[in-house]
Amino acid sequence: MNLQAEIPLDYMIVLSTIVFFVGLMGVLIRRNLITMLMGIELMLNAVNINFVAFNHYLFPNRLEGHFFALIVMAIAAAEAAIAIALIINIYRQFNTVSVDDVDELKY
Amino acid sequence: MTGPKIIFFILAAAIVVFSILSIFSRRILRAAIYLLFVLVAMAGLYYMMNFQFLAAVQLMLYAGGIVVLIIFSILLTSQIDSKLQAPKGSHLLAGGITAIAGIALSAITILQFTFKPSQENAVGTDMRTIGLQLMNTDVQGYALPFEVISVLLLAALVGSIFIAQKKKV
Repeated sequence: MNLQAEIPLDYMIVLSTIVFFVGLMGVLIRRNLITMLMGIELMLNAVNINFVAFNHYLFPNRLEGHFFALIVMAIAAAEAAIAIALIINIYRQFNTVSVDDVDELKY
Repeated sequence: MTGPKIIFFILAAAIVVFSILSIFSRRILRAAIYLLFVLVAMAGLYYMMNFQFLAAVQLMLYAGGIVVLIIFSILLTSQIDSKLQAPKGSHLLAGGITAIAGIALSAITILQFTFKPSQENAVGTDMRTIGLQLMNTDVQGYALPFEVISVLLLAALVGSIFIAQKKKV
């Protein structure tokens, strides 16, 4: 399938730009740790679209963007696991996951 | 309008609409489900660009792994019928201005730039090529990041178990 003739590269990049800034807005407006984590996942995925689109459209002679996206996914998995462990620990200590109420560094 | 174009616009509309819904939804479990829809639509985009392996990894790892983890943590930390507090007006204003200005600035810059595609022959994206390159140490080999990632995942596994365990009083 010749995707280049059908869909220009610009469409993909504009789409990923929109998703990235929606994710950033989610991190900025929400005060719940889990929704902020979801915003970060959106941003990581937007970046992945960019890597894959550049690989497919501009440099099909090698698979660098593909492997970069693969490794970003692995790091996102590790990050989500650590973040959720921290969120559960914070919930045990403070009984809430809102960042406004988590304001003590030491017990 | 041709077939791929229609599919692309459906997927793009789904991604944009569901990502905005997942940001603005006040029920946190629904936000997680909207995030799941965004991730599945992105796997569709990878399929369109002929990266079948990446699409399968996206479905398994994100849709099957991370969203399930997020839903578990939602169930562990909040009441299922509780609503999130509405975002403050000032936060909403600042976030909206940041998002719109960022999208406009990036889109204008991107649309003015002309990308030059490489003229060399394309390599296949089949499983054999990917597997050989992932275990190769030559110019197009990615053995080092693969091994580093395996160590990172082990460290993340041990670390998250240690962080989440109950402390002895």
